[in-house]
Amino acid sequence: MSTAVAQKKGFGAFLWDYLTTVDHKKIAHLYLVSGGLFFLLGGLEAMIIRIQLMKPDNEFISAGLYNEMLTMHGTTMIFLAAMPLIFALMNAVVPLQIGARDVAFPFLNSLGFWLFLAGGVILNCSWFMGGAPDAGWTAYAPLSTTSPGHGVDFYVIGLQIAGAGTLIGGINFLVTIVNMRAPGMSYMRMPLFTWAVFVTSTLILFAFPALTVGLFLMMFDRMFGSAFFDVNAGGNVIIWEHLFWIFGHPEVYILILPLFGAFSDIFSTFSKKRLFGYSAMVFATVLIGFLGFMVWAHHMFTTGMGPVANSIFAVTTMAIAVPTGIKIFNWLFTMWGGAIRMTTAMLWSIAFIPTFTIGGMTGVMLASAAADYQYHDTYFVVAHFHYVIVGGVVFGIFASLHYWWPKMFGKVLNEKLGKLTFWPFFIGFHLTFFIQHFLGLMGMPRRYWKFLEGQGLETGNMISSIGAFFMAFGTIVFLINVVYTAVKEEKAPADPYDGRTLEWSIPSPPPFYNFKQTPLVRGLDPLWVEKSEGKKGMTPAEPLGDIHMPNSSILPFVMSLGLFIAGFGFIYQVDNIAWLSLVFIGMGITLGCMLIRSVKDDLGYHVHKEDLEEEGGH
Amino acid sequence: MKGWMGKFRALFLFSSLALVLSGCGKENLSALKPEGYGAEVILDLMILSIAIMVFVFIVVMAIYTFVLVRYRAKKGQENYIPKQTEGNKALEIIWTVIPIILLLVLAVPTVQATFDLAEESTKKSDIQVEVTGSQFWWHFEYKGQEISTSQDLYIPEGERVYLTMKSSDVIHSFWVPSIAGKVDTNPGDNENSMYLEAYEEGVYWGHCAELCGPAHSLMDFRVVVVSPEEFEQWVNDMKNVDPKAEPETTVAQEGQELFQNNCLSCHAIGSAPKGVGPNLTNFGDRTKIAGILEPTKENLVDWIVNPDEFKPGNNMPSNLVSEEEASKIAEYLMQLQPSKITPESAKE
Repeated sequence: MSTAVAQKKGFGAFLWDYLTTVDHKKIAHLYLVSGGLFFLLGGLEAMIIRIQLMKPDNEFISAGLYNEMLTMHGTTMIFLAAMPLIFALMNAVVPLQIGARDVAFPFLNSLGFWLFLAGGVILNCSWFMGGAPDAGWTAYAPLSTTSPGHGVDFYVIGLQIAGAGTLIGGINFLVTIVNMRAPGMSYMRMPLFTWAVFVTSTLILFAFPALTVGLFLMMFDRMFGSAFFDVNAGGNVIIWEHLFWIFGHPEVYILILPLFGAFSDIFSTFSKKRLFGYSAMVFATVLIGFLGFMVWAHHMFTTGMGPVANSIFAVTTMAIAVPTGIKIFNWLFTMWGGAIRMTTAMLWSIAFIPTFTIGGMTGVMLASAAADYQYHDTYFVVAHFHYVIVGGVVFGIFASLHYWWPKMFGKVLNEKLGKLTFWPFFIGFHLTFFIQHFLGLMGMPRRYWKFLEGQGLETGNMISSIGAFFMAFGTIVFLINVVYTAVKEEKAPADPYDGRTLEWSIPSPPPFYNFKQTPLVRGLDPLWVEKSEGKKGMTPAEPLGDIHMPNSSILPFVMSLGLFIAGFGFIYQVDNIAWLSLVFIGMGITLGCMLIRSVKDDLGYHVHKEDLEEEGGH
Repeated sequence: MKGWMGKFRALFLFSSLALVLSGCGKENLSALKPEGYGAEVILDLMILSIAIMVFVFIVVMAIYTFVLVRYRAKKGQENYIPKQTEGNKALEIIWTVIPIILLLVLAVPTVQATFDLAEESTKKSDIQVEVTGSQFWWHFEYKGQEISTSQDLYIPEGERVYLTMKSSDVIHSFWVPSIAGKVDTNPGDNENSMYLEAYEEGVYWGHCAELCGPAHSLMDFRVVVVSPEEFEQWVNDMKNVDPKAEPETTVAQEGQELFQNNCLSCHAIGSAPKGVGPNLTNFGDRTKIAGILEPTKENLVDWIVNPDEFKPGNNMPSNLVSEEEASKIAEYLMQLQPSKITPESAKE
């Protein structure tokens, strides 16, 4: 069963290896590839939206298809691109940064990925099975509950399954960070990325259940005749808005916090300086996570909550600007007095600061409840959240990928192509979205299939669409870079950037057991501490001994497959009761696998000391 | 690095230029050109927040530019190790406290404006309109006046008109950027309210701002602001409409009969509660057909025969009548002009 030791050849073996892997580094690859594919899909949907809005009264796609496009663009980018790409980074980096050999629950880690993929695939099957969901990624009832066809059913089932995967992943990282830190790695010595993942996992733990509940209510309304959101039967549509945003707002911080952490590590590494105000940064991260749960209703200022609720949520929302500001200044002062190296990873991080500052500022403007009566649901909001999500999350993912690529794949991405990715994307981004602030104020609501002639919106929309093509070009160059690097670049050393944290103390890519001997951590930036005392690597905290490793397993894949099948059963049993058989088959597979997992002892295996000695020191 | 800043500047210039080219948008549509109380209060708030934010941005960018120019690693310095500073308490306090003060400066007027714009009608003499959003049109009912209309909302200049808002199907959002902000119309008991106070006579553009189905982007309406005297006249005229009045031409008379046989089950003429389709009492005075098409007879015929082509997903059946019949109905509808007060009156 142990695939990591056996060096089988051939595509079949390769595939089997990835289907069964419980190694966090390989799961990171899986998250990266599938998240990357969904990112391209979401990007394609964005391009179609921008082509439709290139000129007034355009008929490039129909109104119904346009609503499907905007719904799937949002849903795909948030749930199927940003989340898994962040999970890719979490998996690739966190265990290495805390000196662990894997996550706390490797089996669950694999299950989390396969559930996410099953959900994502179900959602996208809708394109070929009668139409995608068309009620927006927010799926406000009753537009969503009354939407004809099965589109919204795919949304409900797909996100329910993918969301379960995310929740499992979040719990896993929480436990990993609490329990598996190397000796000496106290909380206040953890790298900022690990800290951010810790806070993000907490947010996942508390935010995703709200989505789960909301989706269940909607599922029962659509499939089993309940009336939670049906006003004619005594339901209330506002409940969905609250449930969605109680999840949806923390979700924004779930997305951005890990990248805040990554930026902190990158600024510190490429300025050759310790992070300025480490404890303030940790405090700000925790505070943002905490406040993130207090502000959801700022998405609902025009819903009619009344001036008291609107004012309260306006003020709490503004409060978030304070810890965010603390972060921006601490990053600037991390670079202050440093020796800044302008690598591609650093370039993305540098570009993030002004971009995210603009996004944060428009965030404060939006927080002003009365003013939001004008901004709400216009292109101003579209501009704002793309400034924070692209300017923060996507820039951050690009920065992190360039930074940790050698640790993930053993090669440093080509720098020239990296810069050629950055410039078109960066320029295109501002071209696309800066003008949208003004389009919104000039009277263009969001989610508009077409705008009519003679409203003064032509120039702005044209500029915006041109920018989108630059972004697409940048993304394509990145893909070329990935292939080019794999073929042409040389193998990277363990520590290509003069790094500071534990992941740079082991080879690139690391052996499957990560650390031959668990390292002893003697301070913040543990590798830097050792290097500044003239040592080459970490001091081990234990003598060389047998390493206990978990066995690979196909069960997570099969369990997810079961839910995948059951999902279709749930969606189609509305049309014909016979489809319920799929529910029973699918749930049977999943529950059967759970039974096998429960009754079968799987104690893992050991890598023996002698084998480790043979490989020699690194 | 220089190239980077240069490009950023060029980008900013380009965006500003584009903005100048397009102005701040149309007078009757843009939130940046307020023509009413709500829009003005909000623009003041926007300007205050932008001023604060630009100040913060300039401070951030000044430090940013300095750091990037001054502390770039130089050639031959590869082994230089900068001083590993831990942090600075005084600085941390400064950049915590100053933002808090700036936010308070914004928070106080925000709360004031939020309460100001939430004012509800207190007097019986106030003009009150019940607004109902429907896929994909707007119904207006003047409380206590027995006037129903749709798509064009007539209000007097300089007076507060209080709206209560609801929806007959999905959530919509009522937005007239140049006069006031927006409020959602919810189905069920979650009724909302807002008020409009327009400064100048004119015809102002309104949009639906909450995704409500395929033709969401086409759910436009107008607010027609006339002088108080003209408004009074309009109210009188609308109250005294005879729904069964016989048109002058024979074609229109035939159209009336066809209308009564085919359309009346959904569309009312005269004061009536909200029906399945828009109330057509003053159809001949409408600024647009269905909120989007120029009010010509050809457009109206095309619309009647095949409404789905213009507003995808709307509830009006296609091909209910032949083109010839539609032409007669159009003749009838176009002459429904019960009042001398029309959108033209507002344009003086």
